Amino acid sequence: MEQFLQQLASGLANGAIYACVALALVMIYVSTDHINFAQGEMAMFSTYISWQLMTWGLSFWVAFVLAVLISFALGVLIERVILRPLHNAPVLSVVVVFIGLLAICNSMAGAIWSYLIKEFPSPFPKSSFGIAGLIGPHQLGVVLVTLIVLSLLFVFFRFTPLGLAMRAAAQNPQMARLVGVRVDWMLALGWGLAAAVGAVAGIMVAHIVYLDPNMMGGILLYAFASALVGGIGNPGGAVIGGFIVGVLENMVAFAGNQIEKVTGIYIIGNGEKLTVALIIVIFVLTVRPAGLFGRVVVKRV
Amino acid sequence: MPSFPKKWLVILIGLAVIVPLFQPVLPDIVSDYRLFLVSTMIIAAIAVLGLNLLTGFNGQISLGHGAFYAVGAYTAAILMDHAGMPYYATLPCAAVVCFIVGYLFGLPALKLEGHYLALATFALALAVPQILKYKWLEGLTGGVQGIVLSKPEVPFGLPLTEDQWLYYYCLAVMLVLFWAAHNILRSRSGRAMMAIRDYAIAADTMGIDTALYKTVTFGISAAYTGIAGALSASAIAFVAPDSFNIFLSIKFLIGLVVGGIGSLAGSVVGGIFYVLVDNSAQALSTFIKNDLGLQFDLSAYTVFGILLILLMYLMPMGIVGGVYLLIRKISTVGRSTAAAPAGEPQRSATQPAEASKSH
Repeated sequence: MEQFLQQLASGLANGAIYACVALALVMIYVSTDHINFAQGEMAMFSTYISWQLMTWGLSFWVAFVLAVLISFALGVLIERVILRPLHNAPVLSVVVVFIGLLAICNSMAGAIWSYLIKEFPSPFPKSSFGIAGLIGPHQLGVVLVTLIVLSLLFVFFRFTPLGLAMRAAAQNPQMARLVGVRVDWMLALGWGLAAAVGAVAGIMVAHIVYLDPNMMGGILLYAFASALVGGIGNPGGAVIGGFIVGVLENMVAFAGNQIEKVTGIYIIGNGEKLTVALIIVIFVLTVRPAGLFGRVVVKRV
Repeated sequence: MPSFPKKWLVILIGLAVIVPLFQPVLPDIVSDYRLFLVSTMIIAAIAVLGLNLLTGFNGQISLGHGAFYAVGAYTAAILMDHAGMPYYATLPCAAVVCFIVGYLFGLPALKLEGHYLALATFALALAVPQILKYKWLEGLTGGVQGIVLSKPEVPFGLPLTEDQWLYYYCLAVMLVLFWAAHNILRSRSGRAMMAIRDYAIAADTMGIDTALYKTVTFGISAAYTGIAGALSASAIAFVAPDSFNIFLSIKFLIGLVVGGIGSLAGSVVGGIFYVLVDNSAQALSTFIKNDLGLQFDLSAYTVFGILLILLMYLMPMGIVGGVYLLIRKISTVGRSTAAAPAGEPQRSATQPAEASKSH
């Protein structure tokens, strides 16, 4: 039972990370209809920036805030420079540009910081407390930080004029433009926010998966699965989807372990995490493309 | 589609057949290493052609063709290692296995369009190395260690080196496959494939079974890429799961985009290109590290990434398409100065080779 609860807790911690990356994906998808294949690598790059700042002597949280701000700026820049001209381009061009971005981020990180795996510090105290043993201090910290970030975002989108303008620009660009919203800049801001949220996820997860240029591959795949489970056009759904998928991932591995213990037959374990994500992605896409909370879009021909 | 003049094609193939025979005379220029490099380029061209059949001619985006390459390579390796099959017999087997796998993957892909298909295939590409390491398959696939094979031996006591023979073997396979693709595309089925790409609903209305064509195209495309994988298994004489990662699929995409989306000649250009950049980047990187003493791991993917983005802006049809457009522009400019009759430029603009002949 205790093992089960441990797995549940670590599933929630993973889920928090997936929720962040999935939210970043959804933010871009909602406003531009693009799936950002480079989201994971952008987050990885931000994590390296924070690592670099820390090796220059800054404390964790200062580096954290600075890296998130830099990522925001980079996100805005990428949208303005690279994606703006592709507004009405065919899907293939957009996908190719994202893949190009992925390749650049990955190889530049490798070129600047080398492909050696690095340790990443945890900002949270190591001492155990009340429910210790059930959930590690870092995992608890991850959940707390991501919840704070997510609620800040919620407040921003729900209660500020700028957030309202961004939602309007995403939902109905023409009408928003008519009432004086600068839609172009709203899209760029959305990209910046997505990059910033991705950076938070990257910095939080780096302590668990270690820092290397390929660290986000699996996380991105799970974030895709989360976004799809929640409905790719639904930010709240993506967050819930993230937690669902995070718990599901650990439960599958846990169940696999139990089966192996009881019957001695290995079916599934930690080595099949990406395969599980692949199955979730294809299953959701084919059976229920709108996800759990998404709206079914009816296409008129 | 640009039609390649037949005369040039014959000359090119003739050169490709004859030049390696000069190895005893010019050992430095036609070295074994270079022949091997060209063989890998040929293999790359076949793989890119496979992706091109699906993405370029049928309009289905795939970011996961590395998966089919892996299936082809592993099929060949397992058949050689466990069943003792000769290397040339593994090609049809790999093709059949990949066709089935591709066809099956094409079934759920039917429901997906554009971004979603890209997403599903991207997920496939990410998961491939893990699937290959699956414990139950370990007996077959050799797990993390992979499978070590032996290089194809020169048959009938021909006076060729191993690399020369490998080159001819790959070249022959490539010629057959390109000839087949050329014929498929010129047939009724090929026109149906392209009609689906251009306007799926219209194709449907005209009575084309879009579901059938899309899944079969997925299968054929996978079979082509799988054959390339099988060739690479016997060329490199080694398969291991971690070489079939997402970046392999990205390389195919680069070959596709650089060479030309929807162009047979473009697939060759794309294949040559990515192998060339990959190799020279490695050489440049070791040069920077060892000779200049800088700690800077230059990777081919920086070049690839920048090129992908630039090409999408400057030459969305790839290099072959871009060059073709350029030729067309030049030839129409030339004709307008010659004050040709009004009807002619348009007709001959589609056939620049013949147009320049008539001048």
